[in-house]
Amino acid sequence: MPVINETLGQYSELFMLLAASTYTVAFIAFAWDLAKSSKALRAIDLKAAATAEAERVPVAAGRAALAGPDAGGPAGRAERPTSGVTVEGGTAAGDMRYTAARRVPARVAVALTVLGALIHAAGVLTRAFGAGRVPWGNMYEFLTTGAFVAIAVFLVVLIRRDLRFLGTFVVGLAIIMLVAASIAFWTPVGHLVPALQSYWLIIHVSIAVLSSALFTLTFAMSALQLVQSHRQKSLAAGRPDKLGFMRLVPNALSLENLSYRINAVAFVGWTFTLMFGAIWAEKAWGRFWGWDPKEVWTFVIWVVYAGYLHARATRGWTGTRAAWLSIIGYACVIVNFTLVNTVLNGLHSYSGL
Amino acid sequence: MSESVKAKKNSTAGNTPEAAEETGSSAVDRAKSEAALPALGIKGMLRWSWTQLTSMRTALFLLLMLAVGAVPGSLFPQRAANAAIVTQYIKDRPTIGPIMDAVQLFDVYSSAWFSAIYILLFISLIGCVTPRAIAHYKALRSKPPRTPKRLSRLPEYGTLVLPADAGIPASKAITDAAGLLKKRGYRVDIRDADGALPSVGAERGLIKEVGNLVFHTALIGVLVSVAVGGLFGYSGQRILVEGDTFVNTLVGYDQFTPGSNFQSGWLQPYSVQLNSFQATFDHETPGKFGQPIDYTAEVTTKESPDAPAQKQVLKVNDPLSLGGTNIYLTGNGYAPMVTVRDGQGNIALQGPVVAKVQGANYYSSVVIKVPDAKPDQLGFVGFFLPTAFATQDGVSFSGDPELLNPQLNLNSFYGDLGLDKGVPQNVFELNVGNLKPLNGRNLPNKAITLTPGHTVTLPDGKGSITFDGVRKYVGLDVHNNPGQLYALIFGLLAVAGLVTSLYVNRRRVWVRTGTHEDGRTMVEYGLLARGEDHRLAGEAAALRELFAREWNVAGEPDTTSPVNPDAPNAVSSSTTKDQ
Ligand code: HEM
Repeated sequence: MPVINETLGQYSELFMLLAASTYTVAFIAFAWDLAKSSKALRAIDLKAAATAEAERVPVAAGRAALAGPDAGGPAGRAERPTSGVTVEGGTAAGDMRYTAARRVPARVAVALTVLGALIHAAGVLTRAFGAGRVPWGNMYEFLTTGAFVAIAVFLVVLIRRDLRFLGTFVVGLAIIMLVAASIAFWTPVGHLVPALQSYWLIIHVSIAVLSSALFTLTFAMSALQLVQSHRQKSLAAGRPDKLGFMRLVPNALSLENLSYRINAVAFVGWTFTLMFGAIWAEKAWGRFWGWDPKEVWTFVIWVVYAGYLHARATRGWTGTRAAWLSIIGYACVIVNFTLVNTVLNGLHSYSGL
Repeated sequence: MSESVKAKKNSTAGNTPEAAEETGSSAVDRAKSEAALPALGIKGMLRWSWTQLTSMRTALFLLLMLAVGAVPGSLFPQRAANAAIVTQYIKDRPTIGPIMDAVQLFDVYSSAWFSAIYILLFISLIGCVTPRAIAHYKALRSKPPRTPKRLSRLPEYGTLVLPADAGIPASKAITDAAGLLKKRGYRVDIRDADGALPSVGAERGLIKEVGNLVFHTALIGVLVSVAVGGLFGYSGQRILVEGDTFVNTLVGYDQFTPGSNFQSGWLQPYSVQLNSFQATFDHETPGKFGQPIDYTAEVTTKESPDAPAQKQVLKVNDPLSLGGTNIYLTGNGYAPMVTVRDGQGNIALQGPVVAKVQGANYYSSVVIKVPDAKPDQLGFVGFFLPTAFATQDGVSFSGDPELLNPQLNLNSFYGDLGLDKGVPQNVFELNVGNLKPLNGRNLPNKAITLTPGHTVTLPDGKGSITFDGVRKYVGLDVHNNPGQLYALIFGLLAVAGLVTSLYVNRRRVWVRTGTHEDGRTMVEYGLLARGEDHRLAGEAAALRELFAREWNVAGEPDTTSPVNPDAPNAVSSSTTKDQ
């Protein structure tokens, strides 16, 4: 049995609080960026509208001719601006790549998030060393480690794609998770109960947490997709733009395409979660499937996202409806974590409550 | 294009993606079936239902129904998990309880409606996979689709110009291109090799569809494996006190659940003797006092009655494998050793009594039935505390899971235990209806409090009870599931299929060459993806580089018009329309 180091545990809690505070400042910076950039984009838009009106029409017409009525525009042929102009049709560039535009608040926000993540990592590590094991053995640890993974995944994706428009969302969620962990689910560092002493804890839970982090990103994107698609429709109908901050957000189709790609990865991850869970259940309880509440909900999540993947291939179910399925899937992830661990009793009563 | 292609279209407003294809043939079937709806005979009706059932939309609907249908099983107690809780649950809700029971809310996963959902889903699955498999088998054996007239309409398109002095005629360029594509893993087919406009059609990633088919077929395999486990497997429970031996026969079990096709001859009579059991508890970490840290059971096993004995260690998460079964450590507790003498002074019972853990720190309930006591049968109910404490109001509790101050607290009864009538009874419950109390909290003869080594004499000369000591017991679960291994294999197959299906890209490439009046060889190529493919542009760029290197021309996009005279001049350069 490893020795429990309570001093490290206390440091860990301090780091968690520091991380939460840093994230809070980052959150403010992200929100500021949303407000400021959408204002700036609006100004560019207005100017561009005046000067480029004449040039733009033929280009658009050319594109329309290219797509043709019967060509059935090939996959992913989203129209992309080729110049540095970031705004087209009231939405940001669909490829979510970085542009030359300088967004100081966004840079500050990302820098703060990185700082927060470093402190957060220290918190997770000290917890792990304090307990002498992986830091995911109870609700407190799921939340603190899960929040870290969500932030880390977000930052990793940020290297390749400009998803800073998701910043308020992801960082906000991490703050909620850290606060919930410290207030509602606080648990001191301790040993694992025998039922959790298995290498499957390392494999099964880490993949579950990672997949959940990815689902978190796609949930945010699907929610924005719904808003954006609504906004695009009303813009197309010539109504005034009431959701100006959504200028910073790419068009609905691009959001859908990227969230599909992330969901596909997360779905494979969740399939592994389910399978490894089953293998572990067989090792621990002698049956690989028993419809325990945790198993039920893991299965429900899997089936909902399988439905999402099907929807993407079903006439009339792409776009908005698929986005709703992605959102429902995430709601199930939340239920699986909260209600199932606390209210519905099953064999998985390890939550440390 | 020769066949329907999964595609997304951007309306001019740049939003709502249009629907993608269904599987080529089923879309046609569906259209047919919808058109033919009104006048249908029985045969037509059946065919119509079949087409509906195997449509993608139905699959989606059934999938979502499966998710919804699974939920109630987590909200309400399930018989399969704990029948006693269900009985109590219904008793507590006299009106709604029976109704819930009637709609099988307590047996969700074996209910008619849940079964209906998944059976329909799997029929739909079979109906979906079979024609797709046939179609794909044909696709595998046929040549890449014919070259479209206008390559420039494809999502990825580009041209290359080979100068006249390079000496590469159109026919040579096309065989070069075909060779390059082949090396890159494409199946290629050259058309019109010696014509004016020779072309090559190439295709790769057909394994994507194989992956999809394997995935869906493997799901059927998982379901069948689970069914096999239910038919031919069995499981049982046994509580084993230190020193005792379990023999794998029907009578060896406290509880046995056979699969529907089980035969008792399948049980191999191996034996497991529990030598000792150690539990370690946390006494240091604040807030976790008394939490278990480790359970270890030392056992001696024999594969068969005459096999050599083997010492083994059984732990949680680390089952024993014996005689085709796995043996799991699923519970433990204390078994106080008692000796009961009857009114005639004879030993009527001697040995361990399994105490059922009820609360914190192994606060456990105890029931002792002594049917052999004479002249009156005796019964005891009470509790066992490994570390006894009492509050000021006399409420006893256990302060520690370890045996620091073990204590038995019992009420005693005499009379007819009701065991002689042959009605099965729960060993953990004493029906005191027909019994007369001897000792009790509120009786003149106070409840019995015993510590190890002590004896209490019962009133009225009914006998005595001695607390001899404490042993530990373990709860063992024994499982045999012949479907399990197959479920795992199919599960792994499913994952492999899924990954292949999601990450292999199915692409088509066409190259067409032609000779310009001034002697230059013009090359144009186009790429098309089936399904989502965000890396198509990357592939186009890679191909372009390969071609350019092969023919030693500039790799940069040029602005020459396409070879094909039909192509619109509007598209002139190598277009990278996606990323
Ligand atoms: C047990 C129920 C089912 C599950 C869990 C399931 C799951 C999935 C998943 C995860 C995918 C996406 C990965 C891939 O492309 O291989 C998929 C694709 C697909 N499924 Fe299913 N499926 C089920 C039943 C069905 C049924 C009944 C049908 C036919 C009616 C069907 C037809 C398809 C088709 C055509 C695709 C390919 C979609 C595409 O082109 O992207 N599936 N399925």
